[in-house]
Amino acid sequence: MSEQLNRSGRGVYVQGNDIDTDRIIPARFLKCVTFDELGPALFYDERFDSDDLPKGHILDNPAHRGASVLVTDANFGCGSSREHAPQALQKFGIEVIIAESFAEIFHGNCTTLGMPCLVMPAEQRRALAGLVQQNPDAEFLIDIEQCTLIFANQSFAFGMKESAREAFLTGRFDPLNELLLGQEAIRSVAEKLGYAETV
Amino acid sequence: MGKNLYQKVWSDHLVGTLENGQFQVFVALHLIHEVTSPQAFGMLKDKGLGVAYPKRTFATVDHIIPTDDQSRPFSDPMAERMMEVLSEATETHGIEFFQPNTGSQGIVHVVGPELGLTQPGMTICCGDSHTSTHGAFGCIALGIGTSQVRDVLASQTLAMDPLKVRRIEVTGELASGVTAKDVTLHIIRTLGVNGGVGYAYEYAGPVIDAMSMEERMTVCNMSIEGGARCGYINPDATTFEFLRGRERVPSGADFDAAVARWGSYASDVDAEYDDVVVIDGGAIEPTVTWGVTPGQAISINERIPDPALAAGLDQELMEDALRYMQLDSEAPIAGTKIDVAFIGSCTNGRLSDFKAVAEAIKGHQVANHVRAIAVPGSEKVDADAKALGLDHIFREAGFEWRKPGCSMCLAMNPDKLVGDEICASSSNRNFMGRQGSSTGRTLLMSPIMVAAAAVQGQVADARVVFDLKEVG
Ligand code: SF4
Repeated sequence: MSEQLNRSGRGVYVQGNDIDTDRIIPARFLKCVTFDELGPALFYDERFDSDDLPKGHILDNPAHRGASVLVTDANFGCGSSREHAPQALQKFGIEVIIAESFAEIFHGNCTTLGMPCLVMPAEQRRALAGLVQQNPDAEFLIDIEQCTLIFANQSFAFGMKESAREAFLTGRFDPLNELLLGQEAIRSVAEKLGYAETV
Repeated sequence: MGKNLYQKVWSDHLVGTLENGQFQVFVALHLIHEVTSPQAFGMLKDKGLGVAYPKRTFATVDHIIPTDDQSRPFSDPMAERMMEVLSEATETHGIEFFQPNTGSQGIVHVVGPELGLTQPGMTICCGDSHTSTHGAFGCIALGIGTSQVRDVLASQTLAMDPLKVRRIEVTGELASGVTAKDVTLHIIRTLGVNGGVGYAYEYAGPVIDAMSMEERMTVCNMSIEGGARCGYINPDATTFEFLRGRERVPSGADFDAAVARWGSYASDVDAEYDDVVVIDGGAIEPTVTWGVTPGQAISINERIPDPALAAGLDQELMEDALRYMQLDSEAPIAGTKIDVAFIGSCTNGRLSDFKAVAEAIKGHQVANHVRAIAVPGSEKVDADAKALGLDHIFREAGFEWRKPGCSMCLAMNPDKLVGDEICASSSNRNFMGRQGSSTGRTLLMSPIMVAAAAVQGQVADARVVFDLKEVG
């Protein structure tokens, strides 16, 4: 079975609707030519004050240190298309995100990076967030094939965009190799549209 | 049953179906810039891949470029490094790069249309969410992440899920002093910041038909703020006239042939939509945001809403927003004191924006306590504005006239708010910390409303400040 099918890890709940990518990674950290150093900058302005002193954000709470499943509210990742946002989450150690809904570009970026975005209706998602707050030591068991998860002895169903679920089931969440297979088909579309000129 | 533009463009550019059920779509025009693209070249290198169709990609620099001193090396070493990496990569792969001082540099979404690279019926991608701007020309224009920039460089294609299409009809006629920016803020306020998730927006109706291309770009620009994946307007005579004679547009008989092809992409009259929304254009007023999402907006004569009247999480969100903005519920938005005025960005940094403001501010002075800057969207906008003497008018009124770039829209260059300064801004995002200070505050509005706020030192109705008479 593909390792992508099941995910585990402890959880952390970051509260808020419409959390935009500017908050996930403030613009000044976009000055980089690789994504390698982005982890520590995750949610920087929410976690640190202007003197770089920690403000006591939930991500810095020792009880949640090392959590890899991020639970949040609705419309997560809206705003800028910056892949720096999912990259920062991933480099920080987040492997799965659970929300009521996701902004689309962000969702696509996460999928390509191998980070499943799980969707849950408000009521269940709220119940799960409550459990995560009360059980920082509990482990998630996430079954992507069945679209169910178990946390703190309770079971929840979640939704996934079908193409994303399929991508994780087949382990082909990065489409590049498959895109490159279609060279001839690409060329014929390019020619039809008059764009075939290469160097 | 006829087809809408989205369906026509999609089927024309479709290459095939991927195993996960997604579609492989050919990208007609790929635009790149220094913030989200250099990393993609690194990814290509790691995989030993090259650029498949380098003539279909164009580069510019906009986010990090200073708007005062643009001499190299830039004072910020990291900005300089990003410039270098993009220069090297574009040179290695034979990609055209609109460098500063060539007359073609500018914000990526200003440059594409003004050169005529953006043409109706294209699929357009850029590692920037405001790629939706190009939809004004009848394009399916998508913001993408860096891994997808890599995909497009390597294959000139993209893996995509299909979108639903919502037609938004703006009926009637805009009142005097009401602009395209007010239309888009009003739509977002009405449909919500995630109302568009899963959709391409087709803007239509008499108000949209009557708009210039620059106004249409303002509307499509902020589709993304409404949660839509992209927004577009059907190409028409206004579109074709805008493109005629542009540097990268065919001329003579080829132009006529192009117009025939472009026109064929417009939605059929009997096209089907997944959803239709009608907005009364005549009822739109100058609109201003009071909160930290573009949907938290009210018209200039309204009071800031009371969170107590909202439910559940919305209530918390509104309370958070008011706390961050240091504003009181039920206070009028007019009269909110400002510290900074910013006119620029890919939403409202085009020639017509500066023209409209210049006409209004002649004979007025920016209030003493306000720092006001005007930043043209491109070198061409800058040159055209100077040819008309607009820079003088702005300077005389107390604005600084800067060199082109994104500037204080996201403050990746030295133009930033300080502390909890509050800025009247013609840009598109009022997110917390967006303008360069983690406690800085943004009020989004049209350029003419920014000018009115600058002159009064507080949020004010431009129609009153500049005595904009109702016409007709
Ligand atoms: S002007 Fe602002 S929104 Fe537009 S591309 Fe630049 S940073 Fe992005």
